[in-house]
Amino acid sequence: MAARKSTKKPNVSADELKKYYREMLLIRRFEEKAGQLYGMGLIGGFCHLYIGQEAVVVGLEAAAKDGDKRITSYRDHGHMLACGMEAGGVMAELTGREGGLSKGKGGSMHMFSKEKHFYGGHGIVGAQVPLGAGLAFADKYKGTDNVTFTYFGDGAANQGQVYETYNMAQLWDLPVVFVIENNQYAMGTSVQRSTKSPALWKRGEAYGIAGEEVDGMNVLSVKEAGERAVAHCRAGKGPYILEVKTYRYRGHSMSDPAKYRTREEVQKMRDERDPIEQVRDMLLTGNHATDEDLKAIDKEIKAIVNDAAEFSKTSPEPALEELWTDIYA
Amino acid sequence: MATEILMPALSPTMEEGTLAKWLVKEGDTVNSGDIMAEIETDKATMEFEAVDEGVIGKILIAEGTEGVKVNTPIAVLLEEGESADDIQLSAPAASEAPVAEAPSAPAAPAAAAAVPAAPAVDIEPDYPAGTEMVQQTVREALRDAMAEEMRADEDVFLMGEEVAEYQGAYKVSQGLLDEFGAKRVIDTPITEHGFAGIATGAAFGGLRPIVEFMTFNFAMQAIDHLINSAAKTLYMSGGQMGAPMVFRGANGAAARVGAQHSQDYAAWYMQVPGLKVAMPYSASDAKGLMKTAIRDNNPVIFLENEILYGRSFEVPKLDDYTVPFGKARIWREGTDVTIVSFGIGMQYALEAADKLAEEGISAEVIDLRTLRPMDTPAIIRSVMKTNRLVTVEEGWPQGSVGNYISSVVMQEAFDYLDAPVINCTGKDVPMPYAANLEKHALITTDEVIAAVKQVTYR
Repeated sequence: MAARKSTKKPNVSADELKKYYREMLLIRRFEEKAGQLYGMGLIGGFCHLYIGQEAVVVGLEAAAKDGDKRITSYRDHGHMLACGMEAGGVMAELTGREGGLSKGKGGSMHMFSKEKHFYGGHGIVGAQVPLGAGLAFADKYKGTDNVTFTYFGDGAANQGQVYETYNMAQLWDLPVVFVIENNQYAMGTSVQRSTKSPALWKRGEAYGIAGEEVDGMNVLSVKEAGERAVAHCRAGKGPYILEVKTYRYRGHSMSDPAKYRTREEVQKMRDERDPIEQVRDMLLTGNHATDEDLKAIDKEIKAIVNDAAEFSKTSPEPALEELWTDIYA
Repeated sequence: MATEILMPALSPTMEEGTLAKWLVKEGDTVNSGDIMAEIETDKATMEFEAVDEGVIGKILIAEGTEGVKVNTPIAVLLEEGESADDIQLSAPAASEAPVAEAPSAPAAPAAAAAVPAAPAVDIEPDYPAGTEMVQQTVREALRDAMAEEMRADEDVFLMGEEVAEYQGAYKVSQGLLDEFGAKRVIDTPITEHGFAGIATGAAFGGLRPIVEFMTFNFAMQAIDHLINSAAKTLYMSGGQMGAPMVFRGANGAAARVGAQHSQDYAAWYMQVPGLKVAMPYSASDAKGLMKTAIRDNNPVIFLENEILYGRSFEVPKLDDYTVPFGKARIWREGTDVTIVSFGIGMQYALEAADKLAEEGISAEVIDLRTLRPMDTPAIIRSVMKTNRLVTVEEGWPQGSVGNYISSVVMQEAFDYLDAPVINCTGKDVPMPYAANLEKHALITTDEVIAAVKQVTYR
């Protein structure tokens, strides 16, 4: 149950590294584009960007297998792209169009994919935690060896239902990986200002749940920790907690000026710990890829994101009849 | 190609803002993510980041400019090899945002005509004539319904406080643990919020949970999952996934248990699109509706009543007896007044009808059985005959089920009413403990009789 830190050199192929680079870059560029479309008035309401946190979902997806489930909060674009949901469908949901993954009825915070085992997209802080445990309950009931990645933030980590869920998840040995994406700020309130017990992963100890702290800016550290967590769950040992230390570069939502932290703090994180730059360095210094290789990836990602943006603008608004559909099954 | 950088909207409501400060100058190279400017909205000063890389070719709006409309070009970004001399300015960009269409939302599918013809109402009995009947309590009927559905479908399971080893706080789940085992009859810790969420997640994951709340008073701890998670997900997902499940338990006043254990939630849940709400009175309806609820692919709120658990009724002896949702039951036909009720309110409605008959007033008594969907055509049809309506429920008066029925009747059968509709409800007070006060806080048969006399001008 002690926190473990990896000491050995990561064992990863050049292709895998390139894959992570590509996936993280897709999220980064997608989110930048979403920010831009928001600025143009094409996206309305709330829009929570994932920029800075890319290594978390990309690392954990690398530890997942077919049939594993995932569920998260409203900061969900990165999770969807990482599990293979179409960028165009996500972007068109942000613009509230017919081609969106929820036909324009969910918006930025509410998207789902049965095919990719992505269960939302939930807007009430902490609510996805028991829901995720329930997905794991269903897998255990059916006798599969799948696990559910249940993502929540440092803010949600103070919600009462999280601890009700810890208790039952451990009591019933549910195969759920609780992923605390600790980006250090619950909207404008830093972890230090919301708790005197800032080692969030340790709170599982009270329920007998194993866990560890993870460097969430390093995709390989996240992947390794994810593999330990998943192995624990698949072996029928119950839940596992990963507190992934990460950082969001942008405000809580688009309309947050982020005055609760200094520009220097953000810039330092970008300069020294950026998850994409870290992989880029590994690829170049390890001679796993050339500048040209990476430029080609950049170009490919740019095209995907531009296509998604274009689709999100040209897909029509949902038909008015849609107002009355999907209320009852 | 040179790209125009547009004045961004930085909040859901921003239409214009002040370009407070440029943090880049012409000729600077920027990368995506670099902060280019500070922009003041009516609420805050926001940083504005570059999305593409390039060189700032020209700054079009000087810092300090106020009232810059969203989507106005504020600078031009050049790609490699371009020069500032190449810039050709476009006309101020019109917003690319779609112009909202005139808000002519289509009417709800079941829009009401002003004065309807007699509505089509299904008054077929729920079981064939001559069916053998057995005496059963509501408690036994509910248990049998769950057991039958659990035998039929492996994915159905029961979860709640004391449902397994204790055999149910009110013995509704008696014997289920023995028959189905601990995998499918699951005792939970006393954590409604958590287990309601876990059950909802299990429903997303393909199971068909039955969640017992010891009473619905405790479901207030969990109501976020009932409404935000269970009821809304089908819609939010564009029809991709929902929550086929039942939330059931005792609702309303028991006896002498005080304010926090004595609330009727019928009107609360009835309001929520995405939920179905059943509230049976008799044992046969408890059984038939419960089986329908478990098979339904939507979240069903199933409101039982502690006082009714021990009441015996005739239940048809059939292998698979179900009662459809949205079909009221006419308990008693009459010509002078319509009394509409549901759940334990039916007890007062039927008693009142008996006494009124002795005085020569013929009351038609309708049991709604489900509140969502609600069989309003059955009410309308009856009111067209009796021209008078009294509703009876245990819940509070403001925003009551009766209030809704009144509005429907007013809109759809106004010309048939010979008297204002009266809503008989519980009193507008938290439930008191003292025996005499509690009795007065609840609806009484005498109050129903008085209401009927008022609308019949007797």
